[in-house]
Amino acid sequence: MEPTLSRLSENLNPKSPKPPATGWILPVVGLFALLSWDLFTRYGNIPAFIFPAPLQVIERFSRSLLDGSLLRHSAVTLLEVVMGLLVGTSLAVAMGYLIAKSRLFERILSPFLVASQAVPIVAIAPLLVIWFGPGIFSKVLICALIVFFPVLVNTVVGLRAVPRALNELMRSLRASCWQTLTLLEIPAALPVFLGGLRIGATLSVIGAVVGEFVGADRGLGFLINIGRGQFDTALVFVAVFTLVALALSLYGLVILLEQHLLAWQETHP
Amino acid sequence: MTAPLLTTRDLSVTFSDGNGGLHALGAVSFSVLPREFVCVLGPSGSGKSTLLRALAGLLRPSSGTLDFNGLDSPPRIGFVFQQATLMPWRSVLENILLPLELQNLNPAAAHAKAQEMAELVGLQGFENSLPRDLSGGMLQRVALARALIHDPDLLLLDEPFGSLDALTRERMWMELSRLWLARQTTVLMVTHSISEALFLADRVLVLSARPGKIKLDLPVDLPRPRDDDMRYTEPFGRLARQLKAAIE
Ligand SMILES: Nc1ncnc2c1ncn2[C@@H]1O[C@H](COP(=O)(O)OP(=O)(O)O)[C@@H](O)[C@H]1O
Ligand SMILES: [Mg+2]
Repeated sequence: MEPTLSRLSENLNPKSPKPPATGWILPVVGLFALLSWDLFTRYGNIPAFIFPAPLQVIERFSRSLLDGSLLRHSAVTLLEVVMGLLVGTSLAVAMGYLIAKSRLFERILSPFLVASQAVPIVAIAPLLVIWFGPGIFSKVLICALIVFFPVLVNTVVGLRAVPRALNELMRSLRASCWQTLTLLEIPAALPVFLGGLRIGATLSVIGAVVGEFVGADRGLGFLINIGRGQFDTALVFVAVFTLVALALSLYGLVILLEQHLLAWQETHP
Repeated sequence: MTAPLLTTRDLSVTFSDGNGGLHALGAVSFSVLPREFVCVLGPSGSGKSTLLRALAGLLRPSSGTLDFNGLDSPPRIGFVFQQATLMPWRSVLENILLPLELQNLNPAAAHAKAQEMAELVGLQGFENSLPRDLSGGMLQRVALARALIHDPDLLLLDEPFGSLDALTRERMWMELSRLWLARQTTVLMVTHSISEALFLADRVLVLSARPGKIKLDLPVDLPRPRDDDMRYTEPFGRLARQLKAAIE
């Protein structure tokens, strides 16, 4: 934000008290959880294949990091997630635009879209793997399907929320369809759309794991399956933590995008 | 006698509402001369906004004609709505230059012209502010600057100062008459206020209750520049009484 702007808004808003610093909470809670986990496994007499100790997980983590397997499997899952997100979002935006713009399209498509939401993706994942093989393609498809609906809904809601008065302004200035799209509709729909993308990003990770559970020879979901089969529960933990990190990173990326693109909104300082 | 810029003949608008349609604007006929300042008064719901939107090409008249005589292309319109309809993601300057951007003028020239307009309406120092940081009066100045930047053939104002406090509103009257004189624009302005109409207009049209028809077409021959003291003069009082009688 520009210095003049922040100065201006400071002048206009009455002085608000600074919120208390909360940065220390997360590390302290994390440390506490880790400690409890360690004590629990140490004195609870729990076998490692049921609940490994933190040190065992860390050891397993560095082993799979060093032999390159963790990175290899993470890269596959990341690729599936990102590709699925891209494909699902592109389709959702295109269809969302048509639905928001045309009552006819809405009438035709809505029943199918609502019905499609009643089909649990977990249930049809095996079919997709049967049809499209255990490779990356079937996972990208699953991710795209799971991402599609929330992004579609948010695209439609965002486009419908474009203020009518601004639309009339553009029409009174004889703006072309393209100008109205790029100068008005996209910026106005962006906040709601990005909210959908945020949900889509985390759902995409779930889609990839579901796909890999059903049938795959690579990826973090596959790694979890391997770990379970070999009673290598530490490996399952490593894969789960990696998945969490992956989902959080994607989520954070969308948040960064929001902060950059929506700097004009008050809620994004 | 100069030829009118705009002539309407039996212009009327009916909205479809399921049971026979809602006749919002009755057959109105009037003309506006180039550089004339015309105010439209009328009770709420008499179709004033509908008239403006029809003139701006935002809705199609149900019957009657609407001619921009002597213009060979569709008229350029400047529109100021009751609420300043600014794009909240654009700075003041970017909002002002929107009409030029839509005409694909090169960005440097558009910026220079927008800067000029910002200064003309007294917004210097706020060019890079966002709308959320401005007061109501300043927002309407931005809207006014945006409506004027592309030298419109017709400036349409729909109760532009209705949401402002009395003091700001009267300051905006001065600004608007100064801008109108400086830019030589033709203005059609909807208002609720008799003083506002008499302060600004060359002519006042009074619409009747729905469906709006022209009830009175009153020339305002008060000398310009008009100031605050004018409202205590006898001619002002006479005109005000005439308008009041027509509205009631
Ligand atoms: N888009 C629309 N659809 C249906 N009815 C409308 C529409 N716009 C305005 N109206 C109706 O037309 C009448 C005149 O409205 P308007 O022109 O806004 O009046 P004014 O601006 O004089 O208060 C009102 O009864 C209003 O409800
Ligand atoms: Mg109105």
